[in-house]
This record gives sequence, structure tokens and C-alpha cells, in this order.
Amino acid sequence: MTVNALLIDYEFCTGCHACEVACKKHLGLPQGQFGIKLLQDGPRELPGGGWEYNYLPMPTSLCDMCASRLDEGKDAACVHHCPAHAMRFGPADEIAAAAAEKGRRAMFVPTV
Amino acid sequence: MSQDYYESHRGEWQWQDGDYTVTRTTAWSGPGCHDGCGVLYYTKNGKLEKVEGDPDNPFNQGTLCMRCLEMPEFVNNPARLGHPMKRVGERGENKWERITWEEALDIVEEKVRAIWADYGPESIVCHIGTGRNNCDQIPYLCYAAFGSPNFSMGYLAGDSCFCPRSASMASQNGDFMIADCSQQFEKRYDESTGWRCPEVIVNWGCNAVVSNSDNFYGGWIVDCMQRGSKMITVDPSLTWLAARSEYWLRVRPGTDAALAMAMLNVIISEDLYDHDFVECWCYGFDELAERVSDWTPERAAEVCWVDAEDIVGAARMYAEASPAAIQWGLKLDQTTNATATACAVNSLWVVTGNVDNPGGNIIIRNAFDQNLSYGYGYHLLSPEVQAKRLGAEFPLMSRAGYSSSAHADSVLQAIETGEPYPIRMVWMTSTNPIANMGADAPRIYRALKGVDFVVVNDLFMTPTAVAFADLVLPAAMSPERNSQRCWWVPNRTLTKVTQYEECVSDDDLVTMVGKRLHPENFPWDDNIGWINHIFEYETNDKLPYKSFEEAQKAVWSYPEFQYLKHEKGLLRPDGQPGFNTPSGRIELYNTNLMLWGYDPLPDFKEPSCSPVSNPELAEKYPLVLTTGARSFEFFHSEHRQAGTVSRELHPDPLFEMSAKSAAEHGLSEGDWAWIENQRGRCRQKLHVNPSLDDRVVRAEHGWWFPETEGAEPNLFGVFDSNINNLTPQCENGDTGFGAPYANQLCRVYRCTEENSEVLPGEQVTKHGGYSKVIDESNGDVKVGAIYG
Repeated sequence: MTVNALLIDYEFCTGCHACEVACKKHLGLPQGQFGIKLLQDGPRELPGGGWEYNYLPMPTSLCDMCASRLDEGKDAACVHHCPAHAMRFGPADEIAAAAAEKGRRAMFVPTV
Repeated sequence: MSQDYYESHRGEWQWQDGDYTVTRTTAWSGPGCHDGCGVLYYTKNGKLEKVEGDPDNPFNQGTLCMRCLEMPEFVNNPARLGHPMKRVGERGENKWERITWEEALDIVEEKVRAIWADYGPESIVCHIGTGRNNCDQIPYLCYAAFGSPNFSMGYLAGDSCFCPRSASMASQNGDFMIADCSQQFEKRYDESTGWRCPEVIVNWGCNAVVSNSDNFYGGWIVDCMQRGSKMITVDPSLTWLAARSEYWLRVRPGTDAALAMAMLNVIISEDLYDHDFVECWCYGFDELAERVSDWTPERAAEVCWVDAEDIVGAARMYAEASPAAIQWGLKLDQTTNATATACAVNSLWVVTGNVDNPGGNIIIRNAFDQNLSYGYGYHLLSPEVQAKRLGAEFPLMSRAGYSSSAHADSVLQAIETGEPYPIRMVWMTSTNPIANMGADAPRIYRALKGVDFVVVNDLFMTPTAVAFADLVLPAAMSPERNSQRCWWVPNRTLTKVTQYEECVSDDDLVTMVGKRLHPENFPWDDNIGWINHIFEYETNDKLPYKSFEEAQKAVWSYPEFQYLKHEKGLLRPDGQPGFNTPSGRIELYNTNLMLWGYDPLPDFKEPSCSPVSNPELAEKYPLVLTTGARSFEFFHSEHRQAGTVSRELHPDPLFEMSAKSAAEHGLSEGDWAWIENQRGRCRQKLHVNPSLDDRVVRAEHGWWFPETEGAEPNLFGVFDSNINNLTPQCENGDTGFGAPYANQLCRVYRCTEENSEVLPGEQVTKHGGYSKVIDESNGDVKVGAIYG
């Protein structure tokens, strides 16, 4: 069986919460619960100048990899709505290859 | 994987999906912003259950921000207004009696006819929130139904939301200009259209990815960054975009004009400007060059608190890129120097030849010549009535016609003084001025209490409705309306998919009221009839559909777009090459401004309340205050309802200081503090922002707390955290445009039990507010009058 993975290009994640909310709506989650949770690092001034300021949405244990959406022929709710087009979902080997194409990308495999 | 769901429904505007009906349409305010993104509404038994981004809509390409994703929480919110109500207690008591629409319309008609007979139609004023419903219905109500020239934004001081930039662009270029992120093409980033990705994008005075302001979806900038655009950001705070920029110019709030003039200085003195473009298409280059000649980077560095080398570096990078685009925002409007600031930034894209070129700043007009907006129906008024429009003291706005609304500050003064004539009725649709947008909210509170008849037409029971309304009318939300609009491109429609209680769309309400008062101006039966009328009479014949029935199926339609229109004779009524200005050229020396007695060249003016202009005041209030930075969770004062995802993610009003400044004030992350100046105070919660200058404070706007008591003195807590207790009304630029929302002084101190005994709500509603001492000369508060 294919193992699916989620690719986050955290160079371009703006921290907008769209993935969190799209996921909450899809899974019907109550207040305080998330299927994907936005993490933030920075803004922090770097010793050599410039700033570190990144967001990274991280799937939680409630993420079901949008099984029902995939069955319907849809994409994952978070990926679909990302205003920065900074997310991708697909077979883990394809995502791993895509992750290696540029820096500042992260790959999540929520379940196998 | 099964067949692609969206592919299988491509070209359909509505389909069944199990128990759901899915409708492809678009969405705009309210709730939410006025961008008009493509959505798929999933309804079940007439109820909106979920919203998805429409992957086929070129505007947002399937993506959506969190506010549309959570829309069902607001559409189905039990706290919504569902029925017309009339006030039964005193204003502010929040006591209401449900009435029928017929009764409500009877009341409106009776009041309007009495005011017509006793005072004249100009004594009626209509307001909306800025850009609400985008934006022609309530202006038409004002002009065509009430016969008054006095439509304006709900106490938006200096009309300082896009209007100053619009007027500067119109006077300088003869047209609007916007950053080219391919938004004018249905094929978007496909370069077969001739579009090129900007080499450099300057994001100036707005956090585009958060605000999505001015019909510009911030994600487009990120799309361009992924295609290679490099960034320059001008912002007092390190925005996410600033952190990804080659240059971040941390400008002191209110000094953007000085920065723009120094960049012009570098570009001209280092010979980086576009000689051909300047030679062929510009008027007044030498005068501009002379004007900016003493604005050296070093001088601007001192004024703007930015390093001179960064000003030079950013100017070079922008000028040497080809093409380069500037995406600017609201903070350039929110200074009394707004007109000159906008002219200075406009001059940057002009002297570098980034004019109507692929990937530069393009000239954009409304699709299919549909030019409704704030001026819709104004021609129905006689010249005598038009001449009574409030704000006549500002000739650029009024006589030259660069404003299409009454001047909000002048409306406020007319309410306060009865001059030049009394205001007897105020109609407010989707505007909540004491929560948001109205500067000096306590002053607006005093003024509106004295208006004889106030109608509030909104989505929820707002502080504005409780404090002033005699009649409250429930407004339909986006998925409950049939509508259409042009704001640049494309033309697009809203399709009604659900109904909440007795809510009525703006279009239908205006028609219902108008048919009673001036039926000859309302020759249609309902919203669909009105849309068809607009297609027939207010739109050119290139629009590919002629009825709403066809339009809702098409959902959107893009007109043809051409670059370099000035070379092709496409801008001037006479069909000659050139721009639609008196000289036919872009006027770096602005003869339109000169004609009306204003400085034709950009200049910098120090904000009136700054450490430089007013050191005495700055001793008491040493921090520079900027307000109104946007949050993903809210659109202005909307989305504050408890239990929603917006409040879950953003429960409290936040203000920001640097870590050093916070420590000096004995404050830590999460501490509640008072922000105070000579006009008033409010309390917000500290968020430490390590990127801020130690001398700068940023505070949020638009806060009220619907979960708390609505009746006075609390009024849903609207004054307690209201940063507009600290901003002035009636302090505008000489053109009338611009107001200093974003460049005030303040001090900050921790909230304690002792200093919180009298909350702002009580101070404003029970003790006359903060400013009993009024300066007769300008109606504003005397500096220092409040706290001695």
C-alpha cells in the first residue's frame, strides 16, 4: 500500500492559519483541537545579520491524511487551501524527491 | 485515487453531491473582505455547511483564507440579527421590539418625508464601512432614494483608506495603477499573455499576505516569489514578507514620503531613471528632480530612522530591476501628508518606467466600463443639491471631483455644530464606527447620540447599533445575496444559496426603500432586476452575458487586457497616445493639484504629534504609536463572536513593543497595559515584538467583545480596548485627504486595580468621554486637555 506524505515549503508558509482552519472544518474538530497545527519560530535576529522567521504547520495525531477527501477524488484540505501554494501531498517517494529539489522544505509522514 | 472531483465538475456552476448542493460562486463582504474570491458552497437542506476554494477561479486558484473557510460559523451564528427591530428603551439600553419589514419601512418613509419637508434631503447621511459590499448599493440609496449628496464611509477620518492614493493616482496619471501579478488575466501566471514576473516587488505600508487589501490577494506576491521575484519591504515591523526581503526598511510611522523622496533622489542623482520614458511620457521631471535634490539618503535616514545605506541599496535594487512593481497600502493614506506621500511613491514607478508594462505597475480600469461604486446615482441629484455635499471646503475633493463621497470629518462636524446645516438622520449599513474606523471614537459617540433618527443595518447587534439605533435592520451575508460587481477585474457574481430568518440583501433593501420614496429611480422589482438593469445600462456591450441568470452560470468574466495602452491611444477620450491628464503625460509636476492651489510636487511633512514636531508632548507621551495592523483572523471589527475559530486563535486585543522597551516599562508577554495619550486611553495585552524600534508601539484596532454586556456603560466593551480613543478626527491634510491614525504619540503602563476603576466604557458613556475641552477653531481636542 502506498504511504502518503505531506510536503511543506516553509520558505513560503506565511503562517496564515488556512490549513489549520480547513482541517478543523473537514474533521469537525472542537475548539482547541487541530489536525494540523501551525508552529512558529522567530522573528529572531541572527548573529550575522538578517532575521529568522519561519512558520511550519505540523500534522497532529488527528490527521487522517484526508482519507475521505482522497476517496472522492479531492486533494487534502490543507493543501487545497494554502494561499501560498506551499504544501503538497502525495506518495512518500515522490514527496521525498520533491523535498530534495530545494531547501527549506519539510516532509511529514503522519501515518504509514 | 478516483477521478479528480474538481475536474469532473469543471464548467458546472451547480451540482448535487450526495445530500449536498454544491454551488460555484464568489464571496465578498460581509462577512469578510471585499476581494471576491471564488468559492464552492456546500448546502444541505438550504443550510450552508461548508466552504471550499474554487480551484477553477483564477483570482484565488482554489486557495482561501481562514475567514471564508469559517464562514458557516458566522452565517449560522445564533447571535445574528434575524428580524427588523425598533428601540423600546433609551438609546444604549439594548431593549428592542421585533417588528415586520412593512412596519420598518413605514418608519423609514415617515421620517424621511418629515426631514425632506422640514430640513431638506441633505440632512440625511448614509454610511457604509470602507468598501463594504463593494460598494454601490448604499451610495445609490443615499442619492437615488433619499436625494442626499451625503454618502461617506462611517467616520473614516480623511477618507484615509485608498481614497488618498486613488486621488493622487488619478490626478498624476489620469488612471489607477496597481502592481502586476497577472491578476488581470484569466490564464494568470502563464506568460503567453505577455505577463512577466516582476524581478522586484516592493511591499510598502501594508502586510499584503495578511491584509489582502485593495482587491489584491496577498498570496499573489508569494506566487511571484516562487517564480523568482525578490522583495523590498517598507514597514515599521518585520512582517513575514520583510523577513524574506533583500531590504527591510523599518520606517518610522508617518515618514514614508521622506523615504520615497530619498529613493527618488538616489535614482535621479545616480542616473538610474528611465530616460526614454521620462523624455516621452512625463511632465515636470526637472521640477521633481529639483524638489528631491536635497532629500539625501542621509537626511531621510535621520527622519525615517532607517540606515542611509539601506535606502540607497533599496533604491538601486528597485531601479535596476526590470520590471519592478510596487504593492502599497493603507498606511500611506493614514497620515495628513497622504496626498504628497502617494504622489512621491507613484513617481517612483513612473521615473523608472514601470508604467503599464508587464510585471510593473499597470493601468487598470473597471471591467466592461462598469463604474458604479461610491458615485453610483450621484448624477440623479440636481447641481444645487450636489453643491451641498459636505466637504466643499476641500476643492480637490469636491469641485475637482477627486472624491466620490462626502468628507467624513465634515459630516461629523455638521452633526456636532448644525453647520452648514443640521443632520437629522444617519443610515449605517455594515459599519460599526465606534468599534472601528471612526477616529476619536468617544467624540463620535457624543455626536451620534444627538442625531434624531439613526438606522443601523448590519449582520450582528453591534455597539454602534446599541448606542444609537432607533431601528435595526438585519443584513444578509454573502451566501444569501444575488449580486454582481466590478472592481477592476473580473466582473463576477454572487449566487444566493441560503436564507437566514428575515435577513435582506443590501440590494433588496435599497430597492424596497427606494420604491417608496423615488420609485422612478428604481425601475426594477428586486436584486436580480437591478443586476439586469446594471448589465443593460451601466456596462459596455463587451460583457459576455446580459442577464443574471447567464452571469451566475459564468461566475466571472475577464475583459481583454492590453499593456502599454498609452502608446496605443487607449487611455484618452480623444484616442491620441498619452495619458488622460491635462498635459497628456504623467504629471510628476501635478498640474491638477496646482490648479486647486496645492503643492504640485511631493513633499514631506512631519506628523503633528511626533517626537520631532512636538517634543513637549513627547515628554509626556514618549512612544510613537501606529495602529491598525491587520490580523489573519479578523476583517476590521468583524469576526469577534465568541466560540468562533477567529476568537479561538486570537482571543485578546494585542499591542506590541520591543523586548527592551517592554522591560523598561516592567512589562512581560501577556501583560495587560494601558496605552494612553492626550486624547484618551485603552487597554490591550502585550505581545513582545523583537523587530520593533524601541521607540515604537503597534496596537490593534476594531475590538469589541460580543460575549459581554451589550447595554451601556459596557457596550460590548467597545471603548475599553479601542485604540481610536487615542486618534483624532478633523485633522486632515490640506487636500482633505489623510488622517494621522498611524502616527500618534503614547505612553504605556501596566493595568492595575487602582488605575482600572473607571474603564473607558464608563468614562465615555457616563462622564462625557475624555475631552470636554473642545478647541473651537478646529473642533479637535486641545493637546494635553485631558490629563492636565
